[in-house]
Amino acid sequence: MRIAVCRYGAGNVRSVELAFRRLGAEVVAADAPADVLDAGLAVLPGVGSAGSAMDGLRGRGLDEALRERAAAGRPVLGICLGLQIALDESEEDGGVAGLGLVPGRAVRLRTERIPRIGWAPVEPGGDAFWFAHSYAAETPAATATSEGLVAVVESGAFTGVQFHPEKSGAAGARWLERCLSRA
Amino acid sequence: MPLPRLIPCLDVADGRVVKGVRFRELRDVGDPVELGAAYSDAGADELVFLDVAATIESRGSAVEVAARVAEQVSIPFTVGGGIRSVADAAAVLEAGADKISVNSAALARPELIGELARTLGSQAVVVAIDTENGRVHSHSATRDAERDTVAWARECEARGAGELLVTSIDRDGTRSGYDLELLGALRDAVSLPVIASGGAGGAEHVAAALEVSQAALLASILHERPARLVTLRDELRSLGVPLRDAA
Repeated sequence: MRIAVCRYGAGNVRSVELAFRRLGAEVVAADAPADVLDAGLAVLPGVGSAGSAMDGLRGRGLDEALRERAAAGRPVLGICLGLQIALDESEEDGGVAGLGLVPGRAVRLRTERIPRIGWAPVEPGGDAFWFAHSYAAETPAATATSEGLVAVVESGAFTGVQFHPEKSGAAGARWLERCLSRA
Repeated sequence: MPLPRLIPCLDVADGRVVKGVRFRELRDVGDPVELGAAYSDAGADELVFLDVAATIESRGSAVEVAARVAEQVSIPFTVGGGIRSVADAAAVLEAGADKISVNSAALARPELIGELARTLGSQAVVVAIDTENGRVHSHSATRDAERDTVAWARECEARGAGELLVTSIDRDGTRSGYDLELLGALRDAVSLPVIASGGAGGAEHVAAALEVSQAALLASILHERPARLVTLRDELRSLGVPLRDAA
Protein backbone atom coordinates (compact mmCIF):
# COMPACT_ATOMS: atom_id res chain seq x y z
CA MET A 1 0.00 0.00 0.00
CA ARG A 2 1.22 3.49 -0.83
CA ILE A 3 1.31 6.04 1.95
CA ALA A 4 1.25 9.78 1.28
CA VAL A 5 2.89 11.87 4.01
CA CYS A 6 1.74 15.47 3.63
CA ARG A 7 4.69 17.83 3.17
CA TYR A 8 3.38 21.30 3.93
CA GLY A 9 6.11 23.06 5.86
CA ALA A 10 4.95 22.06 9.33
CA GLY A 11 5.92 18.48 9.82
CA ASN A 12 8.66 16.10 10.80
CA VAL A 13 7.98 14.48 7.44
CA ARG A 14 11.22 12.53 7.28
CA SER A 15 10.77 10.85 10.67
CA VAL A 16 7.27 9.72 9.68
CA GLU A 17 8.47 8.47 6.29
CA LEU A 18 11.31 6.52 7.89
CA ALA A 19 9.00 4.92 10.45
CA PHE A 20 6.63 3.63 7.77
CA ARG A 21 9.54 2.46 5.57
CA ARG A 22 10.88 0.42 8.47
CA LEU A 23 7.57 -1.43 8.33
CA GLY A 24 8.08 -2.13 4.63
CA ALA A 25 5.54 0.41 3.35
CA GLU A 26 5.95 2.46 0.18
CA VAL A 27 5.97 6.14 1.15
CA VAL A 28 5.75 9.34 -0.86
CA ALA A 29 6.10 12.89 0.41
CA ALA A 30 2.93 14.58 -0.83
CA ASP A 31 2.75 18.30 -1.53
CA ALA A 32 0.06 18.18 -4.22
CA PRO A 33 -3.64 17.27 -3.87
CA ALA A 34 -3.36 14.40 -6.38
CA ASP A 35 -0.71 12.63 -4.25
CA VAL A 36 -2.98 12.84 -1.20
CA LEU A 37 -6.05 11.61 -3.08
CA ASP A 38 -4.30 8.65 -4.75
CA ALA A 39 -2.65 7.04 -1.74
CA GLY A 40 -4.00 4.14 0.30
CA LEU A 41 -3.36 6.10 3.50
CA ALA A 42 -2.77 9.83 3.88
CA VAL A 43 -0.73 10.94 6.88
CA LEU A 44 -0.87 14.47 8.24
CA PRO A 45 2.17 14.93 10.47
CA GLY A 46 2.71 18.18 12.26
CA VAL A 47 4.91 20.13 14.58
CA GLY A 48 4.83 23.88 15.06
CA SER A 49 1.72 26.02 15.38
CA ALA A 50 -1.85 25.56 14.16
CA GLY A 51 -2.03 28.86 12.27
CA SER A 52 1.05 28.33 10.11
CA ALA A 53 0.13 24.66 9.59
CA MET A 54 -3.33 25.56 8.20
CA ASP A 55 -1.74 28.22 5.99
CA GLY A 56 0.68 25.58 4.69
CA LEU A 57 -2.12 23.15 3.87
CA ARG A 58 -4.31 25.78 2.18
CA GLY A 59 -1.43 27.16 0.15
CA ARG A 60 -0.97 23.71 -1.43
CA GLY A 61 -4.64 22.79 -1.73
CA LEU A 62 -4.08 19.89 0.68
CA ASP A 63 -6.90 20.99 3.01
CA GLU A 64 -9.54 20.25 0.36
CA ALA A 65 -7.84 17.01 -0.67
CA LEU A 66 -7.88 15.76 2.92
CA ARG A 67 -11.56 16.70 3.36
CA GLU A 68 -12.42 14.94 0.12
CA ARG A 69 -10.59 11.77 1.21
CA ALA A 70 -12.19 11.69 4.62
CA ALA A 71 -15.66 12.34 3.17
CA ALA A 72 -15.14 9.40 0.78
CA GLY A 73 -14.30 7.17 3.74
CA ARG A 74 -10.62 6.78 2.78
CA PRO A 75 -8.23 6.65 5.74
CA VAL A 76 -6.40 9.70 7.08
CA LEU A 77 -3.97 9.61 10.01
CA GLY A 78 -3.21 12.85 11.88
CA ILE A 79 -0.21 12.98 14.21
CA CYS A 80 0.17 15.52 17.06
CA LEU A 81 -0.53 18.94 15.46
CA GLY A 82 -1.98 16.92 12.55
CA LEU A 83 -4.68 15.74 14.96
CA GLN A 84 -5.26 19.21 16.41
CA ILE A 85 -5.81 20.87 13.03
CA ALA A 86 -8.18 18.07 11.95
CA LEU A 87 -10.64 19.32 14.60
CA ASP A 88 -13.19 22.10 14.03
CA GLU A 89 -10.93 24.70 15.62
CA SER A 90 -7.86 25.37 17.74
CA GLU A 91 -7.46 28.10 20.30
CA GLU A 92 -3.78 28.41 19.36
CA ASP A 93 -2.60 31.59 17.57
CA GLY A 94 -5.66 33.53 18.74
CA GLY A 95 -8.12 31.00 17.29
CA VAL A 96 -7.71 29.03 14.06
CA ALA A 97 -10.36 27.19 12.00
CA GLY A 98 -9.34 23.56 11.50
CA LEU A 99 -10.13 21.01 8.80
CA GLY A 100 -13.29 19.84 10.54
CA LEU A 101 -12.62 16.15 9.90
CA VAL A 102 -13.52 15.44 13.52
CA PRO A 103 -15.79 17.35 15.90
CA GLY A 104 -14.01 19.17 18.71
CA ARG A 105 -11.39 21.77 19.43
CA ALA A 106 -7.76 21.99 20.53
CA VAL A 107 -7.26 23.78 23.84
CA ARG A 108 -4.19 24.96 25.73
CA LEU A 109 -2.93 22.45 28.30
CA ARG A 110 -3.37 23.20 31.97
CA THR A 111 -0.75 20.68 33.11
CA GLU A 112 1.93 21.48 35.67
CA ARG A 113 4.68 21.61 33.02
CA ILE A 114 4.10 23.04 29.54
CA PRO A 115 5.05 21.86 26.96
CA ARG A 116 4.15 18.35 28.08
CA ILE A 117 7.20 16.47 26.88
CA GLY A 118 8.05 12.84 27.51
CA TRP A 119 6.81 9.29 27.60
CA ALA A 120 3.43 8.61 29.18
CA PRO A 121 1.17 5.56 29.30
CA VAL A 122 -1.88 5.49 27.03
CA GLU A 123 -5.05 3.74 28.19
CA PRO A 124 -6.45 1.32 27.27
CA GLY A 125 -3.35 -0.77 26.65
CA GLY A 126 -0.86 0.82 29.01
CA ASP A 127 2.04 1.19 26.55
CA ALA A 128 4.04 4.42 26.95
CA PHE A 129 4.33 6.69 23.91
CA TRP A 130 6.26 9.91 23.35
CA PHE A 131 4.37 13.20 23.62
CA ALA A 132 5.51 16.77 22.91
CA HIS A 133 2.62 19.23 22.98
CA SER A 134 1.16 22.38 24.52
CA TYR A 135 -2.42 21.89 23.26
CA ALA A 136 -4.73 18.88 23.36
CA ALA A 137 -8.01 17.86 21.76
CA GLU A 138 -11.39 18.16 23.42
CA THR A 139 -13.63 15.89 21.41
CA PRO A 140 -16.45 13.34 21.77
CA ALA A 141 -14.47 11.07 19.39
CA ALA A 142 -11.67 10.17 21.85
CA THR A 143 -10.91 6.45 22.08
CA ALA A 144 -7.81 6.52 24.30
CA THR A 145 -6.38 8.86 26.91
CA SER A 146 -3.09 9.65 28.62
CA GLU A 147 -3.18 11.13 32.12
CA GLY A 148 -6.74 12.28 31.39
CA LEU A 149 -5.80 13.97 28.09
CA VAL A 150 -7.06 12.85 24.69
CA ALA A 151 -4.44 10.54 23.15
CA VAL A 152 -6.31 8.84 20.28
CA VAL A 153 -9.28 10.08 18.27
CA GLU A 154 -11.29 7.97 15.82
CA SER A 155 -14.11 9.30 13.70
CA GLY A 156 -15.13 7.68 10.43
CA ALA A 157 -12.08 7.42 8.19
CA PHE A 158 -9.99 9.68 10.42
CA THR A 159 -7.63 8.50 13.14
CA GLY A 160 -5.63 11.01 15.16
CA VAL A 161 -2.93 10.54 17.77
CA GLN A 162 -1.59 13.17 20.14
CA PHE A 163 1.62 11.21 20.69
CA HIS A 164 4.33 10.55 18.11
CA PRO A 165 4.21 6.86 17.13
CA GLU A 166 7.12 7.47 14.74
CA LYS A 167 9.29 8.41 17.72
CA SER A 168 7.90 5.93 20.24
CA GLY A 169 10.34 3.06 19.73
CA ALA A 170 8.96 -0.48 19.70
CA ALA A 171 5.53 0.53 21.03
CA GLY A 172 5.20 3.14 18.30
CA ALA A 173 6.18 0.67 15.57
CA ARG A 174 3.53 -1.76 16.83
CA TRP A 175 0.93 1.01 16.80
CA LEU A 176 1.80 2.03 13.22
CA GLU A 177 1.71 -1.57 12.10
CA ARG A 178 -1.84 -1.95 13.44
CA CYS A 179 -2.75 1.33 11.75
CA LEU A 180 -1.42 0.01 8.42
CA SER A 181 -3.23 -3.29 8.73
CA ARG A 182 -6.54 -1.47 9.26
CA ALA A 183 -6.06 1.03 6.43
CA MET B 1 3.30 14.23 34.48
CA PRO B 2 5.07 12.12 31.85
CA LEU B 3 7.57 9.59 33.21
CA PRO B 4 11.05 10.74 34.32
CA ARG B 5 13.46 10.63 31.40
CA LEU B 6 17.04 9.36 31.09
CA ILE B 7 18.93 11.06 28.26
CA PRO B 8 22.42 9.88 27.29
CA CYS B 9 24.53 12.70 25.85
CA LEU B 10 26.99 12.01 23.04
CA ASP B 11 29.68 14.58 22.24
CA VAL B 12 30.26 14.67 18.51
CA ALA B 13 33.02 16.26 16.42
CA ASP B 14 33.28 15.91 12.65
CA GLY B 15 30.80 13.05 12.59
CA ARG B 16 32.39 10.94 15.35
CA VAL B 17 31.61 10.53 19.04
CA VAL B 18 34.52 11.99 20.98
CA LYS B 19 35.63 12.19 24.53
CA GLY B 20 37.94 14.78 25.97
CA VAL B 21 38.76 16.91 28.93
CA ARG B 22 37.33 20.40 28.57
CA PHE B 23 37.15 20.06 24.79
CA ARG B 24 40.88 19.30 24.57
CA GLU B 25 42.62 16.11 23.55
CA LEU B 26 39.51 14.77 21.87
CA ARG B 27 39.59 11.02 21.46
CA ASP B 28 37.46 9.08 18.96
CA VAL B 29 35.22 6.68 20.87
CA GLY B 30 32.81 5.55 18.19
CA ASP B 31 30.13 6.11 15.62
CA PRO B 32 27.18 8.29 16.73
CA VAL B 33 24.62 6.13 14.99
CA GLU B 34 25.91 2.86 16.40
CA LEU B 35 26.26 4.25 19.91
CA GLY B 36 22.90 6.05 19.72
CA ALA B 37 21.14 2.89 18.56
CA ALA B 38 22.80 0.89 21.33
CA TYR B 39 21.62 3.42 23.95
CA SER B 40 18.14 3.27 22.47
CA ASP B 41 18.16 -0.52 22.77
CA ALA B 42 19.43 -0.18 26.35
CA GLY B 43 16.34 1.85 27.28
CA ALA B 44 17.27 5.50 26.71
CA ASP B 45 14.20 7.76 26.63
CA GLU B 46 15.84 10.32 24.34
CA LEU B 47 19.32 11.12 23.05
CA VAL B 48 21.31 14.33 22.86
CA PHE B 49 24.06 14.81 20.26
CA LEU B 50 26.24 17.75 21.11
CA ASP B 51 28.56 19.04 18.44
CA VAL B 52 31.57 20.05 20.50
CA ALA B 53 33.63 21.26 17.54
CA ALA B 54 30.86 23.51 16.20
CA THR B 55 32.87 24.80 13.28
CA ILE B 56 31.22 25.64 9.97
CA GLU B 57 32.36 22.33 8.44
CA SER B 58 31.15 20.52 11.50
CA ARG B 59 27.69 22.11 11.26
CA GLY B 60 27.15 20.41 7.91
CA SER B 61 28.19 17.17 9.51
CA ALA B 62 25.66 17.73 12.34
CA VAL B 63 22.88 17.63 9.74
CA GLU B 64 24.39 14.49 8.27
CA VAL B 65 24.63 12.88 11.70
CA ALA B 66 20.98 13.77 12.38
CA ALA B 67 19.95 12.20 9.08
CA ARG B 68 21.87 8.99 9.78
CA VAL B 69 20.62 8.75 13.36
CA ALA B 70 17.00 9.22 12.25
CA GLU B 71 17.33 6.25 9.92
CA GLN B 72 18.41 3.89 12.69
CA VAL B 73 16.85 5.26 15.87
CA SER B 74 13.13 5.59 16.57
CA ILE B 75 13.26 7.54 19.83
CA PRO B 76 13.43 11.36 20.05
CA PHE B 77 16.77 13.11 19.80
CA THR B 78 18.16 16.61 20.20
CA VAL B 79 21.04 18.13 18.27
CA GLY B 80 23.01 21.00 19.76
CA GLY B 81 26.22 22.91 19.19
CA GLY B 82 26.83 25.60 16.62
CA ILE B 83 23.18 26.37 15.84
CA ARG B 84 22.96 30.14 15.29
CA SER B 85 19.91 30.68 13.10
CA VAL B 86 16.45 29.39 12.27
CA ALA B 87 17.91 27.99 9.03
CA ASP B 88 20.57 25.98 10.94
CA ALA B 89 17.88 24.60 13.24
CA ALA B 90 15.38 23.81 10.47
CA ALA B 91 18.02 21.83 8.55
CA VAL B 92 18.66 19.61 11.57
CA LEU B 93 14.95 19.05 12.22
CA GLU B 94 14.23 18.31 8.56
CA ALA B 95 16.92 15.65 8.73
CA GLY B 96 14.90 13.94 11.45
CA ALA B 97 15.93 15.45 14.80
CA ASP B 98 13.10 16.39 17.17
CA LYS B 99 14.69 19.27 19.02
CA ILE B 100 17.62 21.59 18.73
CA SER B 101 19.51 23.13 21.60
CA VAL B 102 21.03 26.59 21.65
CA ASN B 103 23.38 28.06 24.21
CA SER B 104 25.86 30.82 23.37
CA ALA B 105 23.85 31.98 20.35
CA ALA B 106 20.82 32.60 22.58
CA LEU B 107 22.92 34.51 25.11
CA ALA B 108 24.44 36.64 22.38
CA ARG B 109 21.03 37.35 20.82
CA PRO B 110 18.07 36.28 23.03
CA GLU B 111 15.56 37.12 20.23
CA LEU B 112 16.79 33.92 18.55
CA ILE B 113 14.75 31.88 21.06
CA GLY B 114 11.49 33.51 19.95
CA GLU B 115 12.37 33.17 16.27
CA LEU B 116 13.04 29.47 16.71
CA ALA B 117 9.87 28.91 18.76
CA ARG B 118 7.62 30.70 16.28
CA THR B 119 8.99 28.77 13.31
CA LEU B 120 9.60 25.34 14.81
CA GLY B 121 7.30 25.27 17.83
CA SER B 122 8.42 25.62 21.45
CA GLN B 123 8.55 21.85 21.90
CA ALA B 124 11.55 21.76 19.53
CA VAL B 125 13.55 24.49 21.26
CA VAL B 126 15.85 23.54 24.12
CA VAL B 127 17.93 26.29 25.70
CA ALA B 128 21.10 24.92 27.24
CA ILE B 129 22.29 26.87 30.26
CA ASP B 130 25.79 26.35 31.64
CA THR B 131 25.87 27.65 35.17
CA GLU B 132 28.35 28.13 37.98
CA ASN B 133 27.58 29.61 41.40
CA GLY B 134 24.17 30.80 40.23
CA ARG B 135 25.54 32.72 37.25
CA VAL B 136 25.26 31.85 33.57
CA HIS B 137 28.54 30.90 31.99
CA SER B 138 29.32 31.29 28.31
CA HIS B 139 32.36 30.06 26.45
CA SER B 140 32.28 32.92 24.04
CA ALA B 141 31.49 36.13 25.90
CA THR B 142 32.53 37.11 29.36
CA ARG B 143 29.81 39.73 29.83
CA ASP B 144 27.18 36.98 29.59
CA ALA B 145 28.49 35.72 32.89
CA GLU B 146 26.76 38.77 34.37
CA ARG B 147 23.42 37.00 34.04
CA ASP B 148 21.71 35.37 36.98
CA THR B 149 20.81 31.76 36.16
CA VAL B 150 17.25 31.83 37.49
CA ALA B 151 16.53 35.18 35.80
CA TRP B 152 17.88 33.87 32.48
CA ALA B 153 15.74 30.72 32.83
CA ARG B 154 12.65 32.89 33.29
CA GLU B 155 13.60 34.98 30.27
CA CYS B 156 14.06 31.84 28.15
CA GLU B 157 10.56 30.69 29.12
CA ALA B 158 9.05 34.09 28.35
CA ARG B 159 10.73 34.10 24.94
CA GLY B 160 9.27 30.73 23.99
CA ALA B 161 11.79 28.04 24.97
CA GLY B 162 10.28 24.57 25.32
CA GLU B 163 12.80 23.04 27.70
CA LEU B 164 15.89 23.99 29.67
CA LEU B 165 19.02 21.83 29.75
CA VAL B 166 20.84 23.02 32.84
CA THR B 167 24.46 22.00 33.33
CA SER B 168 26.22 22.81 36.58
CA ILE B 169 29.75 23.41 35.37
CA ASP B 170 31.23 23.19 38.84
CA ARG B 171 29.69 19.70 39.22
CA ASP B 172 30.37 18.45 35.70
CA GLY B 173 32.52 15.34 35.78
CA THR B 174 32.92 15.46 39.57
CA ARG B 175 30.47 12.59 40.20
CA SER B 176 29.45 14.36 43.42
CA GLY B 177 25.75 14.70 42.58
CA TYR B 178 23.57 17.18 40.73
CA ASP B 179 23.11 20.73 42.04
CA LEU B 180 19.76 20.04 43.70
CA GLU B 181 19.47 23.49 45.21
CA LEU B 182 19.66 25.14 41.79
CA LEU B 183 17.35 22.57 40.20
CA GLY B 184 14.81 23.16 42.96
CA ALA B 185 14.99 26.92 42.43
CA LEU B 186 14.41 26.42 38.69
CA ARG B 187 11.48 24.08 39.31
CA ASP B 188 9.82 26.88 41.26
CA ALA B 189 10.84 29.65 38.87
CA VAL B 190 9.64 28.23 35.54
CA SER B 191 6.93 25.83 34.38
CA LEU B 192 9.05 24.40 31.55
CA PRO B 193 10.44 20.88 31.78
CA VAL B 194 14.04 20.94 33.04
CA ILE B 195 16.77 18.48 32.05
CA ALA B 196 19.35 18.23 34.83
CA SER B 197 23.00 17.86 33.87
CA GLY B 198 26.35 17.70 35.62
CA GLY B 199 27.53 15.72 38.60
CA ALA B 200 25.98 12.27 38.29
CA GLY B 201 28.12 9.67 40.04
CA GLY B 202 25.60 6.99 40.90
CA ALA B 203 21.96 5.99 40.70
CA GLU B 204 21.09 7.80 43.93
CA HIS B 205 22.25 11.10 42.38
CA VAL B 206 20.11 10.55 39.30
CA ALA B 207 17.10 9.57 41.42
CA ALA B 208 17.48 12.74 43.50
CA ALA B 209 17.67 14.91 40.37
CA LEU B 210 14.55 13.26 38.95
CA GLU B 211 12.66 14.25 42.11
CA VAL B 212 13.03 17.93 41.17
CA SER B 213 13.61 17.84 37.40
CA GLN B 214 11.80 16.07 34.59
CA ALA B 215 14.84 14.48 32.98
CA ALA B 216 18.49 13.70 33.67
CA LEU B 217 21.27 14.06 31.12
CA LEU B 218 23.76 11.21 31.43
CA ALA B 219 27.30 11.76 30.22
CA SER B 220 30.38 10.63 32.13
CA ILE B 221 28.36 8.28 34.34
CA LEU B 222 27.80 6.06 31.29
CA HIS B 223 31.37 6.16 29.91
CA GLU B 224 29.98 5.47 26.43
CA ARG B 225 28.84 2.05 27.65
CA PRO B 226 25.21 1.26 26.87
CA ALA B 227 25.41 -1.71 29.27
CA ARG B 228 25.81 0.80 32.11
CA LEU B 229 22.46 2.33 31.17
CA VAL B 230 20.81 -1.07 31.61
CA THR B 231 22.20 -1.49 35.13
CA LEU B 232 21.49 2.16 35.99
CA ARG B 233 17.85 1.72 35.01
CA ASP B 234 17.62 -1.35 37.22
CA GLU B 235 19.18 0.55 40.13
CA LEU B 236 16.80 3.48 39.63
CA ARG B 237 13.80 1.16 39.52
CA SER B 238 14.85 -0.40 42.80
CA LEU B 239 15.06 3.13 44.22
CA GLY B 240 11.41 3.59 43.19
CA VAL B 241 11.90 5.77 40.10
CA PRO B 242 9.05 5.00 37.67
CA LEU B 243 10.86 4.50 34.35
CA ARG B 244 9.12 3.50 31.16
CA ASP B 245 9.04 -0.10 30.03
CA ALA B 246 11.05 0.20 26.83
CA ALA B 247 10.26 -3.26 25.42
